[in-house]
Amino acid sequence: MNTLIKPGAERRLKNHTSFGQSVRNSLTMAYRGLLKIKRTPEQLFDVTLQPIIFTLMFTYIFGGAISGNVQNYLPVIIPGILVQTVITTSIVTGVQLREDMEKGVFDRFKSLPISRIAPLAGALLADTVRYTIATVLTFVMGYIMGYRPEGGIGYVAIAAVLVIACSWAISWIFAFFGVIARTASSVQGISMIALFPLTFLSNAFVPVNTMPDWLQWFVNMNPISHLVTAVRNLVNAGTMGGDLVFSLIGAAVIVAIFAPITVRAYMRRT
Amino acid sequence: MNQNSITGPHNESWAIEAHGLVKTFGENRAVDGVNLKVGTGTIYGVLGPNGAGKTTTIRMLATLLRPDAGSASIFGHDVVKEPQIVRQLIGVTGQYASVDESLSATENLVIFSRLLGLGRAEARHKAAELLEEFGLTEAAKRPLKHFSGGMRRRLDLAASLIAQPPLIFLDEPTTGLDPRTRNQMWDTIRRLVKSGSTVLLTTQYLEEADQLADRIAVIDHGRVVAEGTVDELKASVGNSSLQLRVQNPQDVEMARRMVEQVLKVQSNILAEAEKITAPMGNVHQVTDLLIALREAGIPLAEMSVQKPTLDEVFLTITGHGVQEDAALTPNESNKVEGQKHEYFN
Repeated sequence: MNTLIKPGAERRLKNHTSFGQSVRNSLTMAYRGLLKIKRTPEQLFDVTLQPIIFTLMFTYIFGGAISGNVQNYLPVIIPGILVQTVITTSIVTGVQLREDMEKGVFDRFKSLPISRIAPLAGALLADTVRYTIATVLTFVMGYIMGYRPEGGIGYVAIAAVLVIACSWAISWIFAFFGVIARTASSVQGISMIALFPLTFLSNAFVPVNTMPDWLQWFVNMNPISHLVTAVRNLVNAGTMGGDLVFSLIGAAVIVAIFAPITVRAYMRRT
Repeated sequence: MNQNSITGPHNESWAIEAHGLVKTFGENRAVDGVNLKVGTGTIYGVLGPNGAGKTTTIRMLATLLRPDAGSASIFGHDVVKEPQIVRQLIGVTGQYASVDESLSATENLVIFSRLLGLGRAEARHKAAELLEEFGLTEAAKRPLKHFSGGMRRRLDLAASLIAQPPLIFLDEPTTGLDPRTRNQMWDTIRRLVKSGSTVLLTTQYLEEADQLADRIAVIDHGRVVAEGTVDELKASVGNSSLQLRVQNPQDVEMARRMVEQVLKVQSNILAEAEKITAPMGNVHQVTDLLIALREAGIPLAEMSVQKPTLDEVFLTITGHGVQEDAALTPNESNKVEGQKHEYFN
């Protein structure tokens, strides 16, 4: 306040934000998200416990029935449970975004001359930390139970990045629910209803050929199945095929549709 | 003036120009045709009770809310057509601190600075500088959860000043603050204007508007019901206000006539207490009135002469009292009442 403020009329201003600025703003917002996670580490409970419990549970329950024994089931279930766990985790992104948006600080974000997408993209970006934790823990649990991916560590890493990227894309759907929903708990509700059939009506847990024909049709269409297959090919065989391409295109399409409508809905909120 | 320049505003002297702003929420016309003109380098006070439309008006001017009708421009830039330019010219401090509860004061300011395009080192420097200026250095590393209301407000205002905006919106900057903190806030606002800023502030307190504002708009039910300098507004209410209660209710009308005769003003009756209130230009006149009342044989139960409160400004200008309390929850109502007493009694 010691220096004189430049009068409004003399400032050179422009009415749009550049792509570079959007990226910088989003990264700053992601930094804010990380600080928040650091401050409240208890919000990482779900991503820590869920992979451990689910991996143990599903492997020992279904292992014998589906693949004869647990060892043979691991290459099937670990990619399946990985996709299911990480994508379920992305629901929390929508719920937390909803809670965050109730706070006054979002008013300030809206009043700043920053890219409109940044508060949302940043929050979603910070949550990739959660997906990474869930991914690492799932692989570690598999390793402890005796799973040794044929593809080797390099392909496991590629698969991990693929799952995290796709979950980030899918989290835009839940972010949209988060922006339009009235309460945080309703976000959880809508998201679970959408996600439960999608993850279970897939090839994540059981071979598709054991299902009735009409169901096979849906399961083979289901993008989750393609993602699971892509991960299996990567970690078990070290190959990249059509499923990988299909998953990436699917992720891109989701972002292309949901990012703009989420930002629009966010701008409309009072 | 360069007419062709895109950035050149049409009229450089107005920081804010609003014409017929309307915002409807369902059935409720929260803002119902507000006109405002705020000169550059001044403090402009928007005075009104809760629910009068003050916050909604600010939110529209600050591009947080899209007006349903009407238009507004900030330094000549339309809030709907050029929102991103407007955002570069304003700082907004909301009624409820718009800072991040789970982070520390420094982290908050650093993040806002980074968002405004400052580099890493610059942002740290700016944060430290502002914390120093607002007396928050000691609390810099603590999470905001442990901040008092006053500290939060100060941090909030500090955050609005990072980019040194030429126009600052302050939505009830002192509501809920103790008198000492309130005075500090007032000093800060005065310093801001000295350094060249324009300030639009909303308040429920006439005294606050009186202390700070160059011009005042009184707003009620979403409309500007009076506008002018502090002196003009005060003259319409009187420098002080008289309150009378007679012992026998049947004397009320008689007493009222005498009040109007002697003081030569319009009086009002507060229904609930059968109290007569009237603006008074000169306290000296009260002697004439009291003598007249004794001669007429009207015994008084209560008599006081006070500085005008917001209630009286409202009563005089709108013909009805401040009605918000009924709509509030008991809790909030108590809070508002408590502050009124602190300010005026």
